[in-house]
Amino acid sequence: MPCCGRARAGGRHSKLFKMEEFMLIFRHEDGNKLASPEQMQIWMKQTMDWIGGIAAQNKFSGGNGLPFDDSRVVRPHNVVTNGPFGEIKETIGGYIIVKADSVDEAVEFAKGCPVLQGNGNSVEVRKIAKRDGIH
Amino acid sequence: MFRTEYRKIVSVLCKRFGFGQIEIAEDIASDSFLAAVQTWGMEGAPPNPVAWLYNVAKNKATNYYQRQRNFENKISKELITNSSEIHEEEIDLSAQNINDSQLQMIFAICNPSIAPEAQVGLALRILCGFGIEEIADAFLTNKETINKRLFRAKEKLREEKIRIEMPGSSEIDERLPSVLTTIYLLFSEGYYSISQNNTLRKDLCLEAMRLCNMLIENESTDRPEINALLSLMCFQASRFEARQNKNGELILYEEQNENLWNYELIGKGGFYLNRSASGNKLSKYHLEATIAYWSTQKSGTKIKWENILQLYNQLLQIEYSPIAALNRTYALSKVYGKQKAIMEAEKLKLNDNQFYFTLLGELYTDLNKDRAGENFRKAISLAKTHTDKQTIQRKLDRL
Repeated sequence: MPCCGRARAGGRHSKLFKMEEFMLIFRHEDGNKLASPEQMQIWMKQTMDWIGGIAAQNKFSGGNGLPFDDSRVVRPHNVVTNGPFGEIKETIGGYIIVKADSVDEAVEFAKGCPVLQGNGNSVEVRKIAKRDGIH
Repeated sequence: MFRTEYRKIVSVLCKRFGFGQIEIAEDIASDSFLAAVQTWGMEGAPPNPVAWLYNVAKNKATNYYQRQRNFENKISKELITNSSEIHEEEIDLSAQNINDSQLQMIFAICNPSIAPEAQVGLALRILCGFGIEEIADAFLTNKETINKRLFRAKEKLREEKIRIEMPGSSEIDERLPSVLTTIYLLFSEGYYSISQNNTLRKDLCLEAMRLCNMLIENESTDRPEINALLSLMCFQASRFEARQNKNGELILYEEQNENLWNYELIGKGGFYLNRSASGNKLSKYHLEATIAYWSTQKSGTKIKWENILQLYNQLLQIEYSPIAALNRTYALSKVYGKQKAIMEAEKLKLNDNQFYFTLLGELYTDLNKDRAGENFRKAISLAKTHTDKQTIQRKLDRL
């Protein structure tokens, strides 16, 4: 390691408190497509590198993968179907929440998302409402 | 012996009489040692010096509280109400009670209501038995500052009515993070301190490891993340002799003599890392210990750097720190090359951080001499110590 440093309680940049939070939602064109374990592993690593790059800027707030197994869709009149697939084309594969000065900065983060390697996939960028009674 | 026995006596007395009497506990411990020095100097040390010391401390404590009670009974009976609690001045200096008192003291001192710096100071004084001068030396400040800091911290202990007791098993999980933070701060104070006193610095590291070990030996606090922390400290401490030359200058990892690494400590690190691998919580100490494990593999294989990169990716998600961000970027350069790392590094914008510019300088080395020099010069202007400036200057000269 080129650097050495002491353990310190994380002194957060005061500017970060003024930042907005945005959710980056990964939309997959076809959730039915099965990937090989090797392919999955490569995606996983790419995703971790992408998130790590955001976290290294202290702009990562959280996130989750949403596996397709054990998924259900509940419709009116107690109609429950297995998974979101079949009738609709798009499925959501996961999301992360980032801190950003503006939607443009959040979009810049989204551009690096490995999900976009799949044609037809997309990343939706949405601002998270603040619980301040105004938004 | 002073440090070891001092802290035991203070812990036991504090446990018995509460933080309200902490100065008295310290005085009794110091007085016992003074008596020892005076008596042993003339008569020679007794066959069992520790037992002798404990006896003196017990007597002094008993006398003190006897006098105190007489005073309260006779003169200020109506003023003091809680004195009746102390009936029989049985000062229990058995191994079991010493151990319990010290464990409880760890939890009492590592209390979030006390500033981290003061926690480390208190830990050094009360848990480790360091002298005020030694603490001042470790923090590179003077005795007055340390005295004031300790005084305020003790006031706080009293104000907050912090009790010396073991938290319940459900509460331990909640309290443990601040205990671990303090122990690691203690270790870092020794490991990264710019104090020239090498023996003292090593002692700080060893004390942190000892406290950690105490928690591991106790069943109720033997948690995975404590094992991970001890593992981390073992791995780091294994390079203690190799990371500094005779003049106290830091030797960078790449230039260290591996023969000076302590392989016994590396082995211990591995042992506790294995022990930490239980439960379902991945703490930052697990990640840092695993990174430290990979750092004991000197050769820079691809698999090593890929692992380190992924570990930093995870660590940063749990807790951001500039140093982790910089180390991640360094690992990234080893996996994906300098070009990509420069792109990521420039997004970090840690513009008041000397290590940031040192890293940029290193990444630009061999790619762009001018930019490399520019960054190294900026790093030198930000460096706080002469040693740091020298280290960066050498990199600049090598361009």
